[in-house]
Amino acid sequence: MTEEILIAGFGGQGVLSMGMTLAYAGMIENKHVVWMPSYGPEMRGGTANCTVVISDKKVSSPIISNFDSLIILNQPSMEKFESYAKPEGKIIYESNNIIHPPTRKDVDVYNIPALSESVKLKNKKIMNMIILGSYLATNSIIKIKSILEALKKVLPERHHHMIPLNKLALIHGGELIL
Amino acid sequence: MSKKLLMKGNEALAEASIRAGLKGYYGYPITPQSELLEYLGQHLPSRGGAFVQAESEVAAINMVYGASGAGVRTMTSTSGPGYSLMQEGISYIACAELPCLLVNVMRGGPGLGTIQPSQGDYFQAVKGGGHGDYKCIVLAPNSVQEMADFTYLGFDLADTYRIPVVILTDGALGQMMETVVFPDYDIEANKTDHSSWATTGRKNMRKKHVVTSLYLKAEEMENMNLILQKKYREIEKNEVRFESIFTEDADIIIVAFGMSARVSFKAVELARKKGIKAGLFRPKTLFPFPINELQHLSNQADKMLVVEMNAGQMVEDVRLAVNGNISVEFYGRMGGVIPSPNEILNNIINLSELKE
Amino acid sequence: MSELISEGVQCKLLNSMDKVWDRPDSLIDVPLHYCPGCGHSVVHRVLMEVLEELELIENTIGIAPVGCSVLAYFYLDIDMQEAAHGRATAVATGIKRVMPNKTIFTYQGDGDLAAIGTAETIHTINRGENIVMIFINNGIYGMTGGQMAPTTLPGVRTSTSVDGRDVESQGHPLKIADMISILPGAYYVTRQAVTTAKAVRKLKKALKKAFIYQMNGEGGTSFIEVVSNCPSGWKMTPLESNEWLENDIFDFYELGDIKVPKKGIK
Repeated sequence: MTEEILIAGFGGQGVLSMGMTLAYAGMIENKHVVWMPSYGPEMRGGTANCTVVISDKKVSSPIISNFDSLIILNQPSMEKFESYAKPEGKIIYESNNIIHPPTRKDVDVYNIPALSESVKLKNKKIMNMIILGSYLATNSIIKIKSILEALKKVLPERHHHMIPLNKLALIHGGELIL
Repeated sequence: MSKKLLMKGNEALAEASIRAGLKGYYGYPITPQSELLEYLGQHLPSRGGAFVQAESEVAAINMVYGASGAGVRTMTSTSGPGYSLMQEGISYIACAELPCLLVNVMRGGPGLGTIQPSQGDYFQAVKGGGHGDYKCIVLAPNSVQEMADFTYLGFDLADTYRIPVVILTDGALGQMMETVVFPDYDIEANKTDHSSWATTGRKNMRKKHVVTSLYLKAEEMENMNLILQKKYREIEKNEVRFESIFTEDADIIIVAFGMSARVSFKAVELARKKGIKAGLFRPKTLFPFPINELQHLSNQADKMLVVEMNAGQMVEDVRLAVNGNISVEFYGRMGGVIPSPNEILNNIINLSELKE
Repeated sequence: MSELISEGVQCKLLNSMDKVWDRPDSLIDVPLHYCPGCGHSVVHRVLMEVLEELELIENTIGIAPVGCSVLAYFYLDIDMQEAAHGRATAVATGIKRVMPNKTIFTYQGDGDLAAIGTAETIHTINRGENIVMIFINNGIYGMTGGQMAPTTLPGVRTSTSVDGRDVESQGHPLKIADMISILPGAYYVTRQAVTTAKAVRKLKKALKKAFIYQMNGEGGTSFIEVVSNCPSGWKMTPLESNEWLENDIFDFYELGDIKVPKKGIK
C-alpha cells in the first residue's frame, strides 16, 4: 500500500505542518514516509504546498506526477493541481476558500467547510486539523492516535496544551465526512 | 543503533557530521543549504566543535584549509554560487593533500539562478572546478538516510586518502524529510593519525611541518602531480560505489544519480508495470565513476537513458564508459525543474518503441 | 672578551674578533631569496628572536602569504601553512578555532592584506581572533614586478601608474592599520619600521608584546604594521630607499602605536 498526498494552500494555513504531522504519524506506525515541501518565495505568504508519501515499502520518488489524494485549501491551488489527482483518487477541499469547486467526474470530491467549523470551535488555527481529520476519515491509512503522538513532535512544547483541541478538531473533521 | 528519526536531509547531514567527530565548521548562508549551517551553529559548539559563520565562501574554504592542515575533521557547506567561489581554495586543498568534507546542496544555475533543486554542478564537482589537475571524491546521496551515511563515509575516505570529499546533493534532498537512523560510530576507533604531517606546533622540537601547494621548480610540481595521480588511480580501483536495480534482464537501463535517480526509479517501476524491461543504474560515487560496471551492462542492454537535472553532464561520462557499444540517450530538465516520473516514463516508452 | 671593572660598574670590552651577533637557531641557515636591502629579512630575524625568547617555537603555527614572503617557511623553522592570496587570516582563524592554545601568526604584504584580502582582514579583526597579524607595507607589488599597490603614495610611479599614482582615477593609499584600529576586536595596533637599529629594537618590543597578549588570551587581534622598503621595485639603492622612507613615507604612514590595550603588560 502506498498513499501519495498533495496538500496545497496559502502560506499560514498550516499546509506544511499538516503534511509534517502526517509524515511523523506514518513513521510512528513504522511506515516508510517522505515529506517534501515546495519552498522559496512561497514561504513568504504566497502559495505553499507539500507532498507526503506513506508506504509499506521504500518510497521511490518524492516527485509525483499523479496523487492518490489532494487536500486543497485555496483557489489558486485548486486551479493548479486539480488535474494532478489520479482517476479514482480524491480531492478534499476547504469550501470557504474555494469559489469554483473541482469539475472532475472521475474522482471522489469532498467539500469541507473547515474554516467556518474552526470558527465554531473558536480557533482558526485548527482549520488544518479539521480538514486532516476529514482526510483521515476517508481511508484508514493513519490512526488519529498516531497523529496526536506526532503533534507532540511537530508542535513546540509551549503549544502542547493545544493538543486536546487538536484532537477535538480531528474528530470533528472526521464527522463532517459522514 | 539509535532510534528512527524524521529529519530534513540537511539536518541529517549536519547531525551525522557531529556524530562523526566534526571539530571545525566554517560556512556562509545560502539557500538551499542554510538549515545545515543553522543546525551546526545551534548544536556544534555544545558538542565539542568550533562553528564560525565566515564573511564569505572564500573565507570559509580557507578556514577549512587551516583547520584540516591542523589535522582535525572539518567541513563547509554551500550551494552553487558559493561553491564557485570556493574553487581556488579547493584546488589548494587538493594539492596540499588535506582531508575535509565539502557539501554542495545544488540549486539551479547558471548565474544567481534559482533556489530550486538542480544537478548543474556535476562537471564542477567531478571534473575539478578549480585550476590544475586534481580530483575530489564525489559522493551522491539519494535519500535522507544516505545524506547521513555518506557523511561518515566522506570523513573516513577524506582521512584515508588525504583528499577533499564532496557530498553532491540538491535542494530537494536537503529540504525533504524522511526517516533516518544514525549508525553507531566510534569516533576514536575511526580516527586517523595525522601527526606525521599536520601543523600542530613542533612539540619536542620535532622536524617542522609545512602545509603548502607551492613548488617553484617544474620538476617538483610534476612530481607532486604524479603523487596525486597515483592516489586517484588507487581510489578508482578501491572506492567505486553504485546501486543496480532490475538491471539483470533490462533492455533499457536508466542511469541517474541523486534525486533524479529517485524519480527515475519510479519511472522504472511504472515501465515494468507496462511490460517494458527497464532497470536503474545509480552511481553513488561520481568520482570514482563506475566505468567497468557500465561497460559490463552495455554488453547486455539495448539502450541506456541518462536522466539528470541539467543539460547533460554525467551523460558524457556514461558515453565514455560505454564507448559506443550501445546508444546512450539523454533526458534532462534544467534551471531548478525536477523531471516528473511520467516524463521519464514517456522517454522509456519512446525508446522501447524505437527498438521494435 | 676582557673585563674592566671601575668604580663598581662592570663592563665588557670588545676585542676585534669577538662574536657580537648570531642568527637565532630557528632562522634556518640558508641564503634568503630576498633582494639586498629588503626589510623582510630583518623582520624574519626579529620574529624568530621573539618566538625563541618567549619559548614559543614548539607551540607556533605561522601562515605565509602569497607575495615575496610566500617562501617564508623556507627560513622560519616552525610549523607553517601557505595560504592562498589574501586568505592568510582566514586560514589562521581555521587553525586557531580548533587549537585555541596554539600561537598563531600571519605574515602578509600590502597587496595580500589590503587589496585582495581586505574582507578577511576586516572580519578576522572584527571577530577579535586572538592571533598576531604581521603586515609588511612596502607600497608596491614586489613579487610580480613592481605594480601599484593599495598603499602606494599619490604621485608615485610604478609599472601600472607610469605617470605617478593618480588619486582621481586610481584611488588613495589605504591606511589599513588606522581603519581597523576602530574595530572593537583590534586589541593592539602599531606601526613600526626597520630602517634603523633603533627602529628594529622598537619593532621587536612591539612583536613581543603582541605575542604575550595572545598567549595571555587578553582578547583580540594584535596588528603589527611594518612600513618597509622595496629597493628593486622602487628602483633605488637600499640606502636611497631608507632615505625616502625617512623623508617622505613616514610623513604619511606615521610610526608609533595606533591603539594600545587599556592595561599594559605588567
